[in-house]
Amino acid sequence: MSPLKIKKGSSRHSAYDLRDPNADVIERHTLAVIVDNEAGVLARVIGLFSGRGYNIESLTVAEIDHLGHTSRITIVTTGTPAVIEQIKAQLGRIVPVHEVHDLTVEGACVERELALFKVAGEGDKRVEALRLADVFRANVVDSTLTSFTFEITGSPEKIDAFAELMRPLGLAEMARTGVAALARG
Amino acid sequence: MTQPRTGAQMIVQALKDQGVDVVFGYPGGAVLPIYDEIFLQNEIRHILVRHEQAAVHAAEGYARSTGKVGVALVTSGPGATNAVTGLTDALMDSIPIVVLSGQVPTFMIGNDAFQEADTVGITRPCTKHNWLVKDTASLSSTIHEAFHVARSGRPGPVLVDIPKDVQFASGSYTPKQKARTSHYQPKLKGDTAMIEQLADAIATAKRPIFYTGGGVINSGPAASQLLRELVEQTGFPITSTLMGLGAYPASGKNWLGMLGMHGLYEANLAMHGCDLMINVGARFDDRITGRVQDFSPKSKKAHIDIDPSSINKVIHVDMPIIGDVAHVLEDLLRIWKSKGRKTNAEAVAKWWDQINEWKKVDCLQYSNSETTIKPQYALERLEALTKGRDRYITTEVGQHQMWAAQYLGFDEPHRWMTSGGLGTMGYGQPAAMGVQIAHKDSLVINIAGEASWLMNMQEMGTMVQYHLPVKQFILNNERLGMVRQWQELLHGERYSQSWSEALPDFVKLAEAFGAKGIQCSDPKDLDDAIMEMLDYDGPVIFDCLVEKHENCLPMIPSGEPHNKMLLPNSSTKDAIAAPGAVLV
Ligand SMILES: Cc1cc2nc3c(=O)[nH]c(=O)nc-3n(C[C@H](O)[C@H](O)[C@H](O)COP(=O)(O)OP(=O)(O)OC[C@H]3O[C@@H](n4cnc5c(N)ncnc54)[C@H](O)[C@@H]3O)c2cc1C
Ligand SMILES: Cc1ncc(C[n+]2csc(CCOP(=O)(O)OP(=O)(O)O)c2C)c(N)n1
Repeated sequence: MSPLKIKKGSSRHSAYDLRDPNADVIERHTLAVIVDNEAGVLARVIGLFSGRGYNIESLTVAEIDHLGHTSRITIVTTGTPAVIEQIKAQLGRIVPVHEVHDLTVEGACVERELALFKVAGEGDKRVEALRLADVFRANVVDSTLTSFTFEITGSPEKIDAFAELMRPLGLAEMARTGVAALARG
Repeated sequence: MTQPRTGAQMIVQALKDQGVDVVFGYPGGAVLPIYDEIFLQNEIRHILVRHEQAAVHAAEGYARSTGKVGVALVTSGPGATNAVTGLTDALMDSIPIVVLSGQVPTFMIGNDAFQEADTVGITRPCTKHNWLVKDTASLSSTIHEAFHVARSGRPGPVLVDIPKDVQFASGSYTPKQKARTSHYQPKLKGDTAMIEQLADAIATAKRPIFYTGGGVINSGPAASQLLRELVEQTGFPITSTLMGLGAYPASGKNWLGMLGMHGLYEANLAMHGCDLMINVGARFDDRITGRVQDFSPKSKKAHIDIDPSSINKVIHVDMPIIGDVAHVLEDLLRIWKSKGRKTNAEAVAKWWDQINEWKKVDCLQYSNSETTIKPQYALERLEALTKGRDRYITTEVGQHQMWAAQYLGFDEPHRWMTSGGLGTMGYGQPAAMGVQIAHKDSLVINIAGEASWLMNMQEMGTMVQYHLPVKQFILNNERLGMVRQWQELLHGERYSQSWSEALPDFVKLAEAFGAKGIQCSDPKDLDDAIMEMLDYDGPVIFDCLVEKHENCLPMIPSGEPHNKMLLPNSSTKDAIAAPGAVLV
């Protein structure tokens, strides 16, 4: 079967021919969706996922082109290959959506997430938290006599790992931004 | 620079620029400035419906029967919420309509103001797109964009919500030609390599079939013409969904009839046994596929559809072609002819022999009665007595709808208006109203069940007011027939709440509205009664008292594949197995 001649990176980009559509393995994909920055556009995207029963693992959105009024929404989702194809096609139907990129199949990409951790503790635990933060290249952005607030950037896995280590050391609060991602090169 | 206009003036001007000649609507506080402008002009006709749901269905009927965009105008709050069923109906059936709704003034939005509803929030999932216009400067361009989105690509309903202060404020009007071009420009031409591959498949197919749908109608008259030529060129059999009836003529020699749950035996068996399925503008709906795992197991499948999300949504296809039906068929025919291709005529002839065997089953036979009007008989007579007339048919939802699809023939597109995807009882009567407005001198008949018909019966007032001579042909079985049938098949004949009790006297009801009423219960009187209905110059309610417990067959029980059909003489008791019972 010859591949669909669809402009790469357009909302019609497809990977029909790359993977077995009948496979029932659950895959994790990172999608980048370029949208008009207009009222309600996020509600449309989220409504699509809830209305059709798709998963959202994380979602971030911010304006990326002030003059062109466009925003970039980065969505991490999971599903079978057929479901992932449907998600992309359904996103492509939303009128203010310009482009849908499946970063997971379009080539290598970098994924980063930022998180803030508040760790409360005294004595050895406090010292250990600071030492591990150093290992993870986390910065101290606030400190009191009884707590540190760390800022850490990295892959979601790295942040998960840091959270596991901080838990016994007095992890009190945590805030994560969700994933931002770009194709390499 | 043109002189400033108010928002309300711009709305009317934008509608005129878009070629709108009729608006179906209902006034209220939040749209009064627009109604004032409508009062002050004569180009656009306003049809005052009796319920906003009817305004939207009327706009749908207008759109489906003309190929143009239908327009409805409703007030804020309850006006907008009443429009929701119509919007959802149009979304499911890909009907292009624009609904304009009034909204409380911008400075009161969010305050639970009188008749405030979050209309864009409520209608987001049931429109193709919607807009809340917050300033008059963007009003006219938004309305032009709304028409563009409604009619482009896969058509659908859109809504523009307009706060009252935006209707009063002044600004400069953006004419249609100057409105900024939208980035929304769906692709019309299909991929040539894939079309060539389909041409190759057509040349070698032994057991081919065309499976066509509403997309052919959506694509316009040229698409139907090209489809007919392609069928002629290849000699392949053709079936259609409920939504595509008329694209290929029912009198055409390659026509197998409708397919699907209540489709014809030969059409369903040909779909099951084919080796090449060419889907043209249909969406593998569950009324068609039955059990997905067993759907047409041995075929290669091509799918022509303008919406990429229709491709591989339900059934995986081998040859996806994203594009407009007319564009793709034109390319396909050109490639086919330029290569001077021939089909495998010998194999296709054998395939036809097989199909003709299936036809002998005569799946639409029914046992007629001397004393009771069978609904199938009523439709056969209606068909015979209206044949050759300039005729448009709408339907309500239920058994009568399926019988109409089985027993009436459509030789042209845009002649058949029915609620397929949502299955909205109450659709047919207002839709017929919209059709009659668009085709003043044509014969418009709404085939109805008594229960569906009651859901929007208030529209008789509209028909009488505007002298719309629509014929309401009610197959009155005093039952919610389709529900009763499923209870027979699935729930041990426990007919829970599926009786139409305390029905009105339809003849008196017609007279109360100022229309004509006719009742018929004897098969011997039927022809004369139908002729009386057809000859009457005005709206008629025809109360056709029919057999009460007739089942609509053939039928693929839910959860079963195509080759497991219930035929007219098979037992229907508990015919739906447990796994199928959860399906609708
Ligand atoms: C009680 C009841 C029973 C029913 N039983 C049956 C039955 O037995 N058989 C049956 O067929 N239906 C039946 N239906 C209707 C069924 O539910 C669906 O509405 C219908 O089958 C869908 O038709 P379709 O596939 O043609 O799609 P449509 O809903 O008409 O969709 C059209 C498709 O074409 C595409 N398209 C639109 N415009 C274009 C274009 N310009 N170019 C290319 N593609 C385009 C769209 O993207 C879409 O995929 C029943 C409905 C009810 C209420
Ligand atoms: C608004 C709405 N409510 C409920 C249904 C479910 N339903 C489908 S068919 C049907 C019965 C229709 O009865 P009638 O109009 O008398 O037609 P018949 O089946 O008897 O021909 C019902 C209740 C529906 N389709 N639409």
